[in-house]
Amino acid sequence: MIIPAQYYLTISAVLFTLGIVGVLVRRNALVIFMSIELMLNSVNLTFVTFARQRAAIEGQVAVFFVIVIAAVEVVVGLAIIIAIFGTRSTVDIDDVDLLRG
Amino acid sequence: MEFIVFVVAAAGALAGGVGVIASRSPVRSALSLLLVLGNLAILYLLLVAQFIAALQVIVYAGAIVVLFLFVIMLLHMRSGEGRIEKLRWQRPVSYALSVVFLGALLWAIWTGTETQVAVPSVGFGTVESVGHSLFTTFLLPFEVASVVLLIGIIAAVVVGRPVVPPSARAHLPPPE
Repeated sequence: MIIPAQYYLTISAVLFTLGIVGVLVRRNALVIFMSIELMLNSVNLTFVTFARQRAAIEGQVAVFFVIVIAAVEVVVGLAIIIAIFGTRSTVDIDDVDLLRG
Repeated sequence: MEFIVFVVAAAGALAGGVGVIASRSPVRSALSLLLVLGNLAILYLLLVAQFIAALQVIVYAGAIVVLFLFVIMLLHMRSGEGRIEKLRWQRPVSYALSVVFLGALLWAIWTGTETQVAVPSVGFGTVESVGHSLFTTFLLPFEVASVVLLIGIIAAVVVGRPVVPPSARAHLPPPE
């Protein structure tokens, strides 16, 4: 490990913050969803970095489970977005501020 | 050599991350996300996680981004953001708080991280080592993950089904 773990963790922190900014600032539901994926991936990078630093395989197993859950989350979330688009004809989050359909 | 690969992959990942949140078109956001995912796969290879890197390319780049692109094309033109700005002062505040959060993260990383590095055993990060851990220590979470996948399939079918059931559709007038 020629490159110290801090470098990888810094990239992970910046990517996570970019994801947070995307969720807070953007209004397109699809872009917000991609920002969530960005945050999941930055955490994955942290897991893999510490797995390498400590030579512990458990970190990579955790990443495996994160990827599985992310796949499920994307499928369900995109189905919900399409359902919202079917009734409201918009994917702007600010227009979908009521619980009734 | 390793450092050059690291710098290129890191720059690509960060550029893609900026592209995801700064692009006007959702298609460009999705392609920027693809850039991030591909570069992260390179970083995983540098961190001796071959199996995770392969999973990253297959599941994330191969399936999730394609799903995003399908949905963007399905919703097509009207998937943009509206003209009316409902949150006026919250936006600058969110930028400022994000910068504070990033500062806290970086402070914790550069003051608190251990510097000693363990030497991984031969075969670390291969499918064999990850799979062995999955089927022994993490067998129950592995099975639960399969149930979660099944629930995801059922949920997608239930949420995505048409509002009007097919049996009632026969009584509707035919579309012109």
